[in-house]
Amino acid sequence: MRYLSITQEEREEMLRSLGIDKIEDLFTAIPERMRLDEDLDLPPPLTEAELVRHFSELAAKNKDLKSSVSFLGGGAYDHLVPSIIKHIVGRGEFLTAYTPYQPEITQGVLQSIFEYQTMICELTGMEASNASMYDGASALAEAALMACAATRRELVVLPESLHPEWRDVVQLYLESQDVNIAYLPYDEATGVVDAKAFEAISWSEAACVVVQQPNFFGLLENVAAFSQVAKESGALLVMAVDPVSLSLLKSPGELGADIVVGDGQSLGNAMGFGGPSVGFFATSSTKLIRRMPGRVVGETVDTDGTRGFVLTLQTREQHIRREKATSNICSNQALNALITTIYLSVLGKEGFKDLGSQCLQKANYMKQRLLEIDGLTSPFSAPSFREFVIHGAVNWEEVNARLLEHGFVGGLPLARFGLPEYVLFSVTEARTKEEIDSFVNTLRGLIS
Amino acid sequence: MSEQLRFTKEHEWILVKGDVVRIGISDYAQSELGDIVFVDLPDVGDHVEEGEGFAALESVKAVSDVYSPVGGEITAINEELEDSPELVNESPMDRGWIVEIKVDGVVQVDDLMNKEEYEAFLKEV
Repeated sequence: MRYLSITQEEREEMLRSLGIDKIEDLFTAIPERMRLDEDLDLPPPLTEAELVRHFSELAAKNKDLKSSVSFLGGGAYDHLVPSIIKHIVGRGEFLTAYTPYQPEITQGVLQSIFEYQTMICELTGMEASNASMYDGASALAEAALMACAATRRELVVLPESLHPEWRDVVQLYLESQDVNIAYLPYDEATGVVDAKAFEAISWSEAACVVVQQPNFFGLLENVAAFSQVAKESGALLVMAVDPVSLSLLKSPGELGADIVVGDGQSLGNAMGFGGPSVGFFATSSTKLIRRMPGRVVGETVDTDGTRGFVLTLQTREQHIRREKATSNICSNQALNALITTIYLSVLGKEGFKDLGSQCLQKANYMKQRLLEIDGLTSPFSAPSFREFVIHGAVNWEEVNARLLEHGFVGGLPLARFGLPEYVLFSVTEARTKEEIDSFVNTLRGLIS
Repeated sequence: MSEQLRFTKEHEWILVKGDVVRIGISDYAQSELGDIVFVDLPDVGDHVEEGEGFAALESVKAVSDVYSPVGGEITAINEELEDSPELVNESPMDRGWIVEIKVDGVVQVDDLMNKEEYEAFLKEV
């Protein structure tokens, strides 16, 4: 962005035109006692060289994934990111702070979003995808609201095996909308929802039932049971999926999902201390597309018959429908969505399957190795994908602090989610057998 | 039973048959909206308040709400419009009807215009 400074002359001209003598006159509405009457307590200016040194020293205080080997997941995952991504997304044509509001001009951006939507549909087995949302949790909340609007019902059924932070976001969205939430407990032996839990729900009122696949514990839910109860009751089936798991699992479309959401961080986006991420959102039928939140790019032909792209179905959106809009989201995460598009293109179908199978195998290898340590057990019996829970009567926060000294980022202690002595490990394709073995040996030394 | 055709200032037409009214939009309204590409219909059984928007017509230019001059329960919707929204353009007064409403209480049409009054009203628009 261009920086144009203001000259003293221009400053005086503006003051004259406002009819005031000095800038302070603009602040008379603020009571005197609340105004700062001294200079801000800031350090003196630095030269460029001093500034670079200062920030390098600050940055060196951070532990990052270049200097540590991470087994932390729980929503953000340390996957390998092909370097071509930063070269493409760094191009000036894409690297803009704003979404395309002049669609006729930004054909390239629109095409990239259209390709993104196409890939999300292929991954999820859905008919239509929007141009992306903020993150997986907010996409799930929007899915719940959409289900209420589509079914005209006001009960959302959430599994307790859903990521607790996603649950918080959904609750926050729903509590101002007069929507009730019912919870499905998970079975303490399997770690997934048992169909018996369905009996306590008054399904005739249910707008949707949500299932997270894999769930917060990394375990595979029995989606068929959710699908059946949804079909029988007229509730929509909303699936919150880990996109990497779709490399190996049946697509949500095949399982009967009506709305599919998820977080796209694991598809080539940096963990970035928790963001920015990208949420994907797709739905199954022409009728539901009209209820879908967010922007949608469509393919069309211009007056010469040449292929072109436009923002379409905007009549759902708030700049046209005002208070009757399907959602108040009028934006997307274009650059992060572009990253997922490049990522999936670079991996290709075979590479993507290979990614999933490496995650599965390495995570299950580490799980077996950890269970060789005395005192560690696997509390849940359902099969897991890239993450798994281990139980051990140790203080995992303290263990993690020690692990960090050895260059390891440990798993996510679940104590703060009400499960003391439980820890959630994540193992991606980025981990090597040597790293896993070394981690297991280090951990054994620390807790034995 | 006699039928009465009436028009609103919002360019809906109302065909009154006893306590049931059929509602659509006028030929003038459809020509102003341009090609209709989608009709967002209510559900049968929905209750509509007088003056409330109960359906939306999406054209290539804009989305317009259709308002009900009467309060009552939706007893029928024109399901043909789901797949053929263009009927509103082609046959606004007949095959392009939108809903039927069973009116709460007695139908009041005195405030609405008859055909001649509506044609005179259009000249002033």
